[in-house]
This record gives sequence, C-alpha cells and structure tokens, in this order.
Amino acid sequence: MSELLLSPEHRYAKLINEKLNEDGSELSILNLGPTHPATHGIFQNILLMDGERILEAEPTIGYIHRAFEKIAENRPFYQITPLTDRMNYCSSPINNMGWWMTLEKLLDIEVPKRAQYLRVIVMELARITDHLICNSILGVDTGAYTGFLYVFQFREKVYEIYEEICGARLTTNMGRIGGFERDWSPEAFRLLDVFLEEFPIAWKEFENLFERNRIFIDRTVDVGAITAEQAMAYGFTGPNLRAAGVDYDVRVAQPYSSYEDFDFIVPVGKSGDTYDRFCVRNAEVWESISIIKQALEKMPAGNEYHAEVPDYYLPPKEDVYHNMESLIYHFKIVMGEVPVPVAEIYHPVEGGNGELGFYLVTDGSRTPYRLHFRRPCFIYYQAYPEMIKGALLSDAIVILSSLNVIAGELDA
Amino acid sequence: MSDSKINMVAPPEGVSGEGFFATKLNDVVGMARANSLWPLPFATSCCGIEFMATMASHYDLARFGSERVSFSPRQADMLMVMGTISKKMGPILRQVYEQMSEPRWVIAVGACASSGGIFDTYSVLQGIDKVIPVDVYVPGCPPRPEQIVDGVMKLQELVRSESVRRRSSPEYQELLASYNIQ
Amino acid sequence: MAIENTAIQNKLVETFGDNVFNFQVEKDIFSFEINADKNTAIILFLKNNEDLRFHFLTDLCGIHYPDNNDDHQFAVVYHLHNWYDNKRIKIKAFLNETPKIKTISNIFLSSNWMERETWDFYGIDFTGHPQLKRILNMDEMISHPMRKEFPMEDSGRTDKDDRFFGRTSINS
Repeated sequence: MSELLLSPEHRYAKLINEKLNEDGSELSILNLGPTHPATHGIFQNILLMDGERILEAEPTIGYIHRAFEKIAENRPFYQITPLTDRMNYCSSPINNMGWWMTLEKLLDIEVPKRAQYLRVIVMELARITDHLICNSILGVDTGAYTGFLYVFQFREKVYEIYEEICGARLTTNMGRIGGFERDWSPEAFRLLDVFLEEFPIAWKEFENLFERNRIFIDRTVDVGAITAEQAMAYGFTGPNLRAAGVDYDVRVAQPYSSYEDFDFIVPVGKSGDTYDRFCVRNAEVWESISIIKQALEKMPAGNEYHAEVPDYYLPPKEDVYHNMESLIYHFKIVMGEVPVPVAEIYHPVEGGNGELGFYLVTDGSRTPYRLHFRRPCFIYYQAYPEMIKGALLSDAIVILSSLNVIAGELDA
Repeated sequence: MSDSKINMVAPPEGVSGEGFFATKLNDVVGMARANSLWPLPFATSCCGIEFMATMASHYDLARFGSERVSFSPRQADMLMVMGTISKKMGPILRQVYEQMSEPRWVIAVGACASSGGIFDTYSVLQGIDKVIPVDVYVPGCPPRPEQIVDGVMKLQELVRSESVRRRSSPEYQELLASYNIQ
Repeated sequence: MAIENTAIQNKLVETFGDNVFNFQVEKDIFSFEINADKNTAIILFLKNNEDLRFHFLTDLCGIHYPDNNDDHQFAVVYHLHNWYDNKRIKIKAFLNETPKIKTISNIFLSSNWMERETWDFYGIDFTGHPQLKRILNMDEMISHPMRKEFPMEDSGRTDKDDRFFGRTSINS
C-alpha cells in the first residue's frame, strides 16, 4: 500500500523539512482524498497547510477516466449519445442535444421549428436540474440539509417528465438526428404544466432559506473570489465566469436551436465569490423557467417532431415491415453505412457549467475519426489551487461545491 | 389508526412465555444487523446521483435502517459502490474495504461496478469483484431507486440469515485470501 | 462583424509570411495551418494585436494521423475565440512522428491541463511546460493510449471472450 503514501521526494515533504515557523509550529500535509464526503465526485487534493490555512494545493484527477474519446472512435454516430449522457450526468439532455446538433451541422440538416422549441424546453429543464443539485449541495456543505431534501423532490418531477419523453430518468439518451424519436405525449405537457406551477413556489422558499441567511452569507461572501481577468485566463465559462462579471453565454453569442427567438437576460455577478456563484445560478433557474414558459406559448402548431431525413432518421417500424425503401434505409442506418462527408466541426452549447464543445473530425467512415469534448469542468478546475491559496480548509470545501465540478465531465 | 395499515413483522422462531422470549442468538443478531445497516456510499458517477435520489425523501432509504450515512469506513456496515471504478481507483477502493471492520458487506450498484458496464476500455476496472468480494449486484445504468432499495432488501435477507460464526470460518478466510486481503 | 476573414488572413500573412498557410472556412470556423515552431509567436500575436484580440483559448487537442506522410503524423489543434467581436478561429500545427512543440501555458493559463491531457493521450511533448506528466491515466502507464495503434479494450482482461464480440485475430 506504500504507493498511496506521499513520497519523501515530493515537494511538499521537502518544504516541511525546510520551513519551521517562528513559534516552532510546522507545516503539515492534508490529503483531501479521492473519497471524501464533501468532494462531490472523486478527485484528490494534497494540501500544504499552515495550521488551518492552506498554502498550496496539488490536484490529482483521472480517478474516473473512462476513455470516452477512445470509445467514440469505435462507435457509429448514434451510439455515441449514451457516452455524452454520462459526461455531465446531472443535465444529460443538454449533452445529448449538443451532440445531435453537431451532427446536424456536419450533415447540413435543418431541424423543424417545433422540434427546436421542444429541444429548448428539455435543455432548460436540464439546466434547472443541474443548478438545483449544485445549489442544494452547496447548502448541505454549509450545514443546511433541508434545502437539499426539499428541492430534490422537484428533481423527481423532472425525472417523470424525462420518462414520458424518452423512457429514462437520469441518463436520457434522448433524441435523434433531426429531432426526437417520438412526439411528446399530452401527459408530458401536463406534467410540465404541473411542474411550472409548483416549482417556482418551492424555489422561492429555497432562495429565502439562503440568500439572507446570516450563517450562509458569512460562509460564502468573499470566499473564493476570482477576478474577471483571471477567470478568462483560466478558461472559465458558464455561471462561474458570469459570477465574476463577464456576460459570455453561448446561447447569446452563437444561438443554436432557436434561442434567438426567446427573451431572457444573462445574470451576472460582481465579485466572483461563492455567494455570487450561488446567486447567479439561482437567477439562471428563474430565467430557465421563463424560457420554458415562452417556448410553450410560442410553440408552433402541428405535430412535427423530426426532420425529413430518411438517410439518417430511422423510419417507423410499420413502414419497415411493409415498404422496401424503408427496409433498406433501416438496414443502412443500423449498419452505419450512411453518407457522411469528410469535415471538421466544432459546435459549442451552453451546458450547465459552461461552454460544452464538440470537436468532430470525420473521414467518411461510420465512426468519427477523432471526437474531442471541450469539457468546461476540466478547464476551470485548473484554477482551484489558485482559488484556495490562503483560504481556510472549510472555505476550500465550500469553494469546491460552488464550482460545481462534476467528475464525469472532469475526466471523461 | 386501524390495524390494516400496520404490518407487524413476525418474530423469529422461538419459545415464548410470561415475560420472556427465547430464540437463537443467530436470529436476534441477524435481525438487529439487518435493520440497522449503515451504508458507506462510495459514489463515483451517475449511479451516485440515483443514490442521492434514493436517500432523498421520495424513496427514503432511511426507513430500512440506513439513517446514518457514514463516510468513514470504520463506522460503516455496508459499502455501496456506485459508479465506474477505474484502474486508478482500484487500490483506493481496496484500502477503504480493508479499513472496514467485520461484519461488512458490499453492494455493487450499477453496471459499471458490477462488470465494467458500457466502458470496456483500457482504463476501467471490469467489475469491482476483481479487487474486493461482493455480496449483492444491482444491475442497471443507472438502476432506478426502487432497484437500489431492492438490492438493499436482498442484502438484508443475506444478513438476517448469516451465521454469527461466518467471519471466522475457513471458507470466509479462503475467500479473503483469494483476494489477497488479510 | 468587426473583422473579416480576409483581414485576419492579410494581417497574418504580412507578419508571418509563409509560416501560415492553407486558409479556409470550414463550416463557419475560419481555420488555417501553421509551422509548428512558430506557434507561440503566432498565438501571442493573435492575442495581443489590438485589432485581432483573440483573447480566449477555447480548446487544445491532438490528433493522430498514422496514414499521413512522416511530417504530418500528429497535429495539435488550437481553437481561439474573440468575445468582443464574436469570432472564432482554428489553428492546426502538424508534427512529425516524434512530436515536439512549444508550450503556450505562459500565454494562456488554461492550456496547462489541456497540454497535459494531449501529452497523456498522444505523447506530444510540450517543451517548456511546467509540469508535463500524466493527468487522466495512471502514472505508471507507458503507452499513449489515444494513438490509433492501441486498442480500446484492455487486452489483458479475462472475463470477456472476444469471440462473442465478433473479434478474431484478423480483425481485432
């Protein structure tokens, strides 16, 4: 088991031997190890501490590296969606839709308006659930367990909506090239209406528990502050960047799937500390609720839910049994012998944590030649050692929760 | 409250009399252990979120005795491994298992913990039973909270019927030796 | 649109001559290739020039092309983004079979881990990187697994029979 101990050659071990404080106290090493209740996901931080204060940190990640990019080189395009689910598993529909949009960009497919609006609804629901988890877990880390229990009930309601749409609760594998695999049932719309009635009340109560709470404010204001320049240098995107004051949002900069039709603000914080990140996520949940309501109102009539691309979209099973053409298309699609151009595509979407990008290089065969995921968590977690320099240990935990690092997205 | 809502569980077999009830030590200890299993949630990925849903109010695992979730292996009875375990994580999982004191049980929740799941790659351990002995496997990707609860209930059955002397028996020692665990 | 593709191209060509070439627009991203040894100079120019202002590094990754000629075996791809004018560009630098390229971690702090990931997966050596060691795989690993010659599966696994997956010694 000795390989799990810190080697005496390590920089920290040497620093401890060299430096002794004036009052005779020594520096110490604390292992905020991979299995720790407060780190949500498995990543390790070796901390060099002076009493309760952190001087330096060395992160180690990769404990859940599942080689997504290698797997993607061996799978036909529609079989990569379950992989994208499992990256940011708190908001898997956003990952799914991002992948389908990348393919539609590759194949120049135009998705009908109604399907785009449905996609917007499901992506905003996913964003709500992602922020719901992040903020309630931040509450749990500061000692407030009630918020988590209360708000998780509504996550169950969203799971019921996902089940109506695609059959799965968490890792949804939703959608097809050009739209959805089936139209949304009236039950799904009814559940959505019930959710939109009940959730704002609960979210208001949740906000009231925290935003003026003396203890919460003491624990989170001025903790883990990051300036806008530092955030941009470290590649921050998403709510963490917006809390620092920069209003970059992929939905506004490069609108996809009809986001330009909706009227929403991008909430921005001031100082980039934990409290601002919490409040930015709260505000984004309100904006998402408003976007869903607008989408439901402006939904185009009819029941179109996918584009007419028989080359890439599986025909209905009844046609396959009776129609020669459908049979041939079905066979070709399942075997993966679909016409794919040779191209390089980069398509970003606004994930729950920031700009989730898909860089796809194809060579005309049935699998990608290279698929690289630009994962926001991986890129902004680099700044964590910088953010906790000089902070107390309890602050380090709170900063980690507020960054919303999801291990699946970190390691991929 | 009418009696029809209350489900009385039958006591174990025994001899009862005026003010006493005599039964086997095995049954009493088994009943006590089965109804107070404290889990150690070793949640790594997506199955961890379904575990959070299981611990939350809708599916409430606490009614099965798992009220106190322990993150310290020394104070936990059952290790619930939820999520993909990569080869980098294997030694750490083993160290956590070895730090647990007897009696200890392991539930492998999810396809990734049971057999590697959809990740048949160079970096993923194809099932945690390559490094530690497992009692219950819960399949699913991720399993529904009802399935996780079902897994815990199956473990409760195992615990209830387990002999008090099992942990010092030669078969158990052999099992541990096959994993190189002292 | 404040800057046009032709304006970017002209600025780059007049500063760097034939170190930048092969300009094209690929599905709405303007991309070009560069000589690998000039990467820090070109990227610094793109970041600091007050008309270009590509101040954000979106992504950095590597690609392995075993079927290309010896000078184009590996590629490092940089995606840069200018938020002021909302313009993205993509830069590709091809490397030979012992890939070495200078690090840009002093220009963009976010490239630190991205270069470590590329080293981990492809073995592309970023000279000058402060801590070039493996990040996602185990430290003891010797191979660079994303290279095309390495299989996805762990060849030492015993519980899965390759025959049931249709893999034989010919096609595995």
